Amino acid sequence: MQFLNFKEGQFIDFLGYKRFAAVFSGLLILAGIVSIAAHNGLKYGIDFRGGTNVQIQFSTAPNLDQLRQFFAERGMKNVVLQTFGDAADKEILLGLPIDSPLGTGENLTSELRNILLPQHPKLEIRRIETIGPKVGDELKISAVQAILIALGLVLLYITIRFQWRQGVSAIVALVHDVLVVVGMFSILDKEFSLTVVAALLTVVGYSLNDTIVVFDRIRENLGKYRKKSFEETINLSITETLSRTLITSGTTLLVVLALFLLGGEIIHDFAFALLVGVLIGTYSSIYVASPLAVLLTKLAPPAGTAPATS
Amino acid sequence: MNIKLKGGIILVVLIAALYYAFPTYKAYQPGVDPQTVENKVNLGLDLQGGMYLDIEIKVEEAVTEFIRRTAVELEDLLIDEQVDFVEVRQTAGSLIVEMEEGKKVNLEVAPYDRFLVQFEQIPEGALTFLNLKEEEANRIRESAVSQALEVLRNRIDSLGISEPSLQKQGSNNIIIQLPGLKDRDRAIELIGPQAVLQFQIVNSNATPNTYNRLTEVVKYQEVWDKTTNKLISKRPFVLEKKILMTGEFIRDARVRIDSRDNSPYVALSFDSIGADLFAKITRRNIGRNMAIVLDDKVQSAPVIREAITGGEASISGQFTVEEADTLKIVLRSGSLPAPIEIREERTVGASLGEDSVEQGLNSLMIGSALVLVFMIFYYRLAGVFAAIALIFNVILIIAILGAFGATLTLPGMAGIVLTIGMAVDANVLIFQRIREELKRTENPRAAIQEGFGKAFRTILDANITTLFAALALLQFGTGPIKGFAVTLSIGIIASMFTAIVVTRFFFDLVYLRKTKLHKISI
Repeated sequence: MQFLNFKEGQFIDFLGYKRFAAVFSGLLILAGIVSIAAHNGLKYGIDFRGGTNVQIQFSTAPNLDQLRQFFAERGMKNVVLQTFGDAADKEILLGLPIDSPLGTGENLTSELRNILLPQHPKLEIRRIETIGPKVGDELKISAVQAILIALGLVLLYITIRFQWRQGVSAIVALVHDVLVVVGMFSILDKEFSLTVVAALLTVVGYSLNDTIVVFDRIRENLGKYRKKSFEETINLSITETLSRTLITSGTTLLVVLALFLLGGEIIHDFAFALLVGVLIGTYSSIYVASPLAVLLTKLAPPAGTAPATS
Repeated sequence: MNIKLKGGIILVVLIAALYYAFPTYKAYQPGVDPQTVENKVNLGLDLQGGMYLDIEIKVEEAVTEFIRRTAVELEDLLIDEQVDFVEVRQTAGSLIVEMEEGKKVNLEVAPYDRFLVQFEQIPEGALTFLNLKEEEANRIRESAVSQALEVLRNRIDSLGISEPSLQKQGSNNIIIQLPGLKDRDRAIELIGPQAVLQFQIVNSNATPNTYNRLTEVVKYQEVWDKTTNKLISKRPFVLEKKILMTGEFIRDARVRIDSRDNSPYVALSFDSIGADLFAKITRRNIGRNMAIVLDDKVQSAPVIREAITGGEASISGQFTVEEADTLKIVLRSGSLPAPIEIREERTVGASLGEDSVEQGLNSLMIGSALVLVFMIFYYRLAGVFAAIALIFNVILIIAILGAFGATLTLPGMAGIVLTIGMAVDANVLIFQRIREELKRTENPRAAIQEGFGKAFRTILDANITTLFAALALLQFGTGPIKGFAVTLSIGIIASMFTAIVVTRFFFDLVYLRKTKLHKISI
């Protein structure tokens, strides 16, 4: 079985859509930035802002409004309550601010039981996560460092293996992917946590993988078809690697979808970031990295080899 | 490479992989206690349930405390030697000795010279600065952490957790992992307090508004409502600054019940030095109240009726039996050399861990099954090769994790799932290349060779860059993210091996050995 079976030399004019792609990417990123600005920044998870999360399972469906009132009556107005996972799980996630009298207390679980037991005689405290303010700041720094280290290594490697033009194009594509995923989290009002950063870095690695496969083919084809125009060679290279790109994206999406649907609530956002990231990473290798490489080659042609233009 | 040699290498790797993966398989069979099996993949606390704590030892406070104690010691010595000094003050990192006008003291001779081992003296008129040497300060910091490790280990032992783990991290952090912990609050109660016990004399004539700030200090007794767990009041005590005795001489602590009101209290017995000291202190202060101060809070302040020579003391307060028991344990294990702060806590219940394992395994099985079916459907026999390589890949990941006794977390499982999706990439690159070559040439043998050859460089480039991203993730040190980075990195390396070596071997075995090769299934 085969699909996308092209004859040798036959290609799709991917670069012909570059204006459309530029507008599309621009709008996606802009929407994200507008959303982040409108929300006064990202909605950080406790990993970054510090605080306490408690996952509680009830035996009967919890009434969030009632619970909220409950905490408010005890002088705890700024707790965040939300259902966690499927309604059938009857679970809530209780978010306590960093300075909550409960959050730092050694009696956290017994006090929560005291508060909740009269209403919910059967409950199970399934998970507690407390992140101190210092750790939150440290993790923020680590996250930024990790992303910069990854991008720096990538730029270095591609510049050595290819050219700086490809290196810069690949980096721009990666930044594009990161911005889109981050923007998507803001638009959907999802929490930006440490696992999302891990997903972002994975997306960076994955998207790069795609970009490299295309660039590798471009390099090979530039040597092979010296008479073809640069654009044509790039279109041809993308076309030749298209089946591989789609199959790998497809299999990766399959497993990510399995994680998203079956992996449970704890890694739901992680899987979601991967899902968006894999899709956008595949798109960006074709429509962002390659057109940029063409643009950069036109703006700053390599010494001695003025590329032919169609 | 010779096909026999290649087959040999693969066989050796396969046997080694099975050998190292087997303990993990065995450990998690029903009815087997995983702890009895060595060299297995350990389940992270998020998968088996338990508590993870990242604790910071406030080592600077140990340094400050050392300087404070030295100041008291030096002051006592100067008084004993009848030196005309104004006072001994303490600032951050140093002591200041202020002499009376025109008076001098030579710190370089006995009995003062011993202070100059740890301090550096800088005279400045009537003042002499004694700065704590940096190497001494470092020694204090280091010993504070190792001492804290020891004390915490003792306290945690009383929890009865079968495999607790305490590890020093960085310069002044300790990571505590308590797999299978049931009572979270009790663990925090045991780990949290510094448990510094001090005996100080109460000045009953002074009030918090009228006390001598130079020689006295106010500490409070907290009164709690046991039913609502609320602080009702804080009763002030004016205490003499001088600390007569600390908890370092405690030999044993027990919980006893007061027969008069059935309230529990903690009975202390001191070692012989402590007993002598306690006798001396009580003899000198008959008729006065002695406050028993725990972590700067007054527990009780009984009147000393007579000299206590038996080396016994008791701490009463409004304890529940459980609180008295906790106090007993922390007093027995000794005080922490500095206060601690819980930087991070992650506690997961056992049932949630089980759910996570199930969900992780489900997504792993279904994800892999989908990928395998697709590969076989799309690439036929070559897809079967890829599928076998993929299964080999998963065994290899488990073997490597097991060989290093690594810990598998939920994000780590997600890393394996993701690896499976991405691992086929190398195979896909090779197969697509072979298909392309087949269009160009009539010779399948050449197509296979060309396909592998040309795809190799791309596979290398693509995987190395993904490794970069995984390495950047290792930046996060411990915590759940590290598990993800580790499985992802191992997965990438394992998948390169299986695609380039194992898949190639199958092609060699099935096709390239044939003298007449007309068609390949891809």
